[in-house]
Amino acid sequence: MAAAHAHGHKVKRYSGLMDWLTTVDHKKIGILYLIAGLFFFLIGGLEAVIIRIQLLKPMNDVVAGDTFNELITMHGTTMIFLAAMPLLFALMNAVIPLQIGARDVAFPFLNSLGFWTFFFGGLLLNLSWFAGAVPDAGWTSYVPLAGEYYSSGHGVDYYVLGLQIAGIGTLLGGINFMATIINMRAPGMTFMRMPMFTWAIFITSALIVFAFPALTVGLVALMFDRLFNANFFDVANGGNGVLWEHIFWVFGHPEVYILILPAFGIISEVVSTFSRKRLFGYSSMVFATVLIAFLGFMVWAHHMFTTGLGPVANGLFSIATMLIAVPTGVKIFNWLFTLWGGSIRFNTASLFAIGFIPTFVMGGVTGVMLASAPADYQYHDTYFVVAHFHYVIVGGLVLGIFSGLHYWWPKMFGRVLNEKLGQVTFWTFFIGFHMTFFIQHFLGLLGMQRRVYTYLGGQGFDNMNFISTIGAFLMGIGTIAFVINIFITWAKPRNASNDPWEDGRSLEWTIPSPPPEYNFKQTPLVRGYDAWWKEKMEGKTAMTPAEPVGSIHMPSPSILPFFMSIGLFIAGFGFMYDHLIVAGAGLAITLVCMAIRSLVDDHGFHIEPEDQDKEVQA
Amino acid sequence: MSAHNHVEGHLPHEPEKATLEARNKILGFWLFLGAEVVLFGTLFAAFLALRHNIGDGPAAAELFQLPMIFAATMILLTSSLTSVFAVQAMHRHNKKSMVVWLIITILLGLGFLGLEIYEFWHYASEGHRFSTSAFSSSFYTLVGFHGAHVAFGVLWISLVIGQVFKKGLTVVTAPKVYISAMYWHFIDVVWVFIFTVVYLMGKVAG
Repeated sequence: MAAAHAHGHKVKRYSGLMDWLTTVDHKKIGILYLIAGLFFFLIGGLEAVIIRIQLLKPMNDVVAGDTFNELITMHGTTMIFLAAMPLLFALMNAVIPLQIGARDVAFPFLNSLGFWTFFFGGLLLNLSWFAGAVPDAGWTSYVPLAGEYYSSGHGVDYYVLGLQIAGIGTLLGGINFMATIINMRAPGMTFMRMPMFTWAIFITSALIVFAFPALTVGLVALMFDRLFNANFFDVANGGNGVLWEHIFWVFGHPEVYILILPAFGIISEVVSTFSRKRLFGYSSMVFATVLIAFLGFMVWAHHMFTTGLGPVANGLFSIATMLIAVPTGVKIFNWLFTLWGGSIRFNTASLFAIGFIPTFVMGGVTGVMLASAPADYQYHDTYFVVAHFHYVIVGGLVLGIFSGLHYWWPKMFGRVLNEKLGQVTFWTFFIGFHMTFFIQHFLGLLGMQRRVYTYLGGQGFDNMNFISTIGAFLMGIGTIAFVINIFITWAKPRNASNDPWEDGRSLEWTIPSPPPEYNFKQTPLVRGYDAWWKEKMEGKTAMTPAEPVGSIHMPSPSILPFFMSIGLFIAGFGFMYDHLIVAGAGLAITLVCMAIRSLVDDHGFHIEPEDQDKEVQA
Repeated sequence: MSAHNHVEGHLPHEPEKATLEARNKILGFWLFLGAEVVLFGTLFAAFLALRHNIGDGPAAAELFQLPMIFAATMILLTSSLTSVFAVQAMHRHNKKSMVVWLIITILLGLGFLGLEIYEFWHYASEGHRFSTSAFSSSFYTLVGFHGAHVAFGVLWISLVIGQVFKKGLTVVTAPKVYISAMYWHFIDVVWVFIFTVVYLMGKVAG
């Protein structure tokens, strides 16, 4: 090590499992999120298939009613908090620093901490299956059903503690990505030159920062009620059940935009790349995203029309909800105009993106139908609602995630996913999805209630439920095809080029696949929107560097985030089973790790120019 | 530019913003405070919704002793001022003065905590316990969350003082002082709202 870098402290580098436990590299953390997210996605999917098997025919008895309640609760909670969000965080971590030309996120240590708290929170929640006390009050966990009287076991405790711990991780991620996008952009990348996916994540992160604390307070209040005899929601002692609904949905509605905005960002990138055209109406796209996020905070009570808030509140929330259709419509038309006249390439990523557009429009249309408060009295708690939110979450978000995974897979792993299997995934999943959920609109309109574990024959529900279940099997086959694709691709040589689609537009396609540890050997100079496409159109083969080649400073790996999360995990069990000593010990582990982090300076280490090329493909 | 190229004596005027890492931390902490605003906002909302539901327990107007609360308020407000003096001393690169002001800050913080613990103990002895009513649960949760923040702040600033003693005032320790001061001001602002919404409204609007 050169004398000039006498301060470049030698840092212990780990390998194997320890490397993954201690990593602060956003690319590796992205892969960890992907693995954990897919794992929980498979669990949630399995729960969904069991639910659909139970509803295959009238008066079926595959599972009992209480097990069914546990299945629907865990399916919803797992899919939203432990599958969809981590898969989004996987793409955020893998892509955002690359798209803005940064060497890492603003807080690499917090990034690792965010992953591990999410993971241990999710683990705690799912261990409830083994403890024999599974949350069964629905993913919304309404009181008084979720209160001590009607849910006296530990099931709901797993829900409140698991989600609190996982929520810490999500909040840290939101803060981290906001700070990263504000402070770490490459020279020349102004806000209005940022790729659309980066914009979407920026706004999503703001939503996370301002929505998740409300959930935390709600969960804390419910926990205090259940564990320490508080009276927030205990009507007999002056509590208020509607308060839970308000707090939950003040978080819960922004949450659905936290889920869908990143998908909008992915679709914008994929549609533009594979139409080989600049995204139509970039500025209006940015504006629409901001407006959707803003309105997303004003509409929570549309989940509570039948609670009885009165005509004025219902009317205002109806109108505010319908307003969201306007910026969403702007986005839909922008995607259509981007496709219009483009030389479109149909591969798996673009098929998922193009399939997304009409599917999401259908979910949006039923959303406007539900926004009408008088009509909602008919739809409320029927399969019509189930169909609606699966159209926006599966038809919107999950198609978006599949599109993004196929699109960025070569950047994450250096291997392009198998195209034939990808198409199998798309067609089985897409057809299966519509088969499962389209028909549920009609089931709902005919009066089939959601969350019922069975139904009597001869009401006109039988055939539709049968078809819906077959569709769910098809979606399962599509997911299995995707998993097989991952393993087949894994066995292939790592040979993807920097720009494997050859039509890449943004900075992530200017560096090797997968990128070296430090991402950019020289920070690029950004000269316009679609920075890489602009250079290519001017005949350049590389970005103009904004700095000379030099020593690159990197943060050190650390095991502390892992132990901090284990501390919270232990504390969760301590609180749940009334062992306050265990809870205190768990919290002490976390606090001691925090103190160590504060006391011991992280000097990081340097990668010298002569070592930089060795690290590529490392 | 890496954090440790600076040595004491060559500090810039605002040592807390000298490195990108430090600027990231300050921005990140502002965002965190944004999240804290929502956290306390939700707690305030719950308190406002439930504060009249006193059940068999005492009402707010009977319970609260404004002179003592006012004293606590003054102590906390003064501690915010002393933490400003600490940051100003830091900008003058006067380590000794900065540490003295920080120590005064945590002493005031401890004084506030002492009064709050006495207050809670006193209320409990008057039959206003955590599980008495919806009012009491939401009161203790809101004010207790704030008290826990003060306690955490005291521990945190003590830790920072220790680091300044050990490592000196550098571009690594300066952001820690600055951010802990931001945190301290935030707690103070929350208390102003608690004083108004919980205590004054409890006394006046009954």
